[in-house]
Amino acid sequence: MLEDINFLLIREIISSVLIIVGVMFMLISTIGLLRFPDFYIRMSAITKGATLGLGFILSGMGIYFNEPDMLLKVMLIIGFTFLTSPVAAHVIGRTAVRNKIPFWQPTNLEEFKEYLRKEHSTHRDHQRDNKHL
Amino acid sequence: MSLFSFTLIFAMAALSLCLVMTGIRFAIGPTLPDRITAFDLFVANIIGIVAIYTELTGNQDFIDVAIILSLFGFLGSISFAYYLMKSAR
Repeated sequence: MLEDINFLLIREIISSVLIIVGVMFMLISTIGLLRFPDFYIRMSAITKGATLGLGFILSGMGIYFNEPDMLLKVMLIIGFTFLTSPVAAHVIGRTAVRNKIPFWQPTNLEEFKEYLRKEHSTHRDHQRDNKHL
Repeated sequence: MSLFSFTLIFAMAALSLCLVMTGIRFAIGPTLPDRITAFDLFVANIIGIVAIYTELTGNQDFIDVAIILSLFGFLGSISFAYYLMKSAR
């Protein structure tokens, strides 16, 4: 009974479905990078959609190869990407707030105003240095 | 050509389209942090292309390239942001 099942075909189907879902996530997040109006909204699109799409693609590849060392390498890449992508996004976002990158006009900044004033007043005397941004 | 390899080639084509669109944002990005996030997405797209190429050829040595690339992408974006914060102070 168990010998009748074509395991290679099942692995290929699961891997194809996972890869197509991951590529769709990456395509949508790239369209978001191109079309969104603001730096902060663009960064949110990148850091969620692209990381999830990369995880889908890599897990599809790990299922297709069906070997322990391949699965270990795939888990290493997925863990590292899921750990470092939010950290990098946080650092770049804080740098952007500190460099006075403008927000989109309809953004509701009511609760964020205190932090913005504190951040900007600390670096007021160096305002002439980042004119090139 | 089986349906499986057609799926992989279609996925590589879609990721190449992603690379082109990221390059457009890299060119027209109004500020420097826009370009840093575009670089981040660039590295993620190339990791995906390397993974699909590994699956297409069946050669398992290429996955080490993806490991090293995921390390260097994080280092690149962090060092760009650190340099930008240093120059703002």
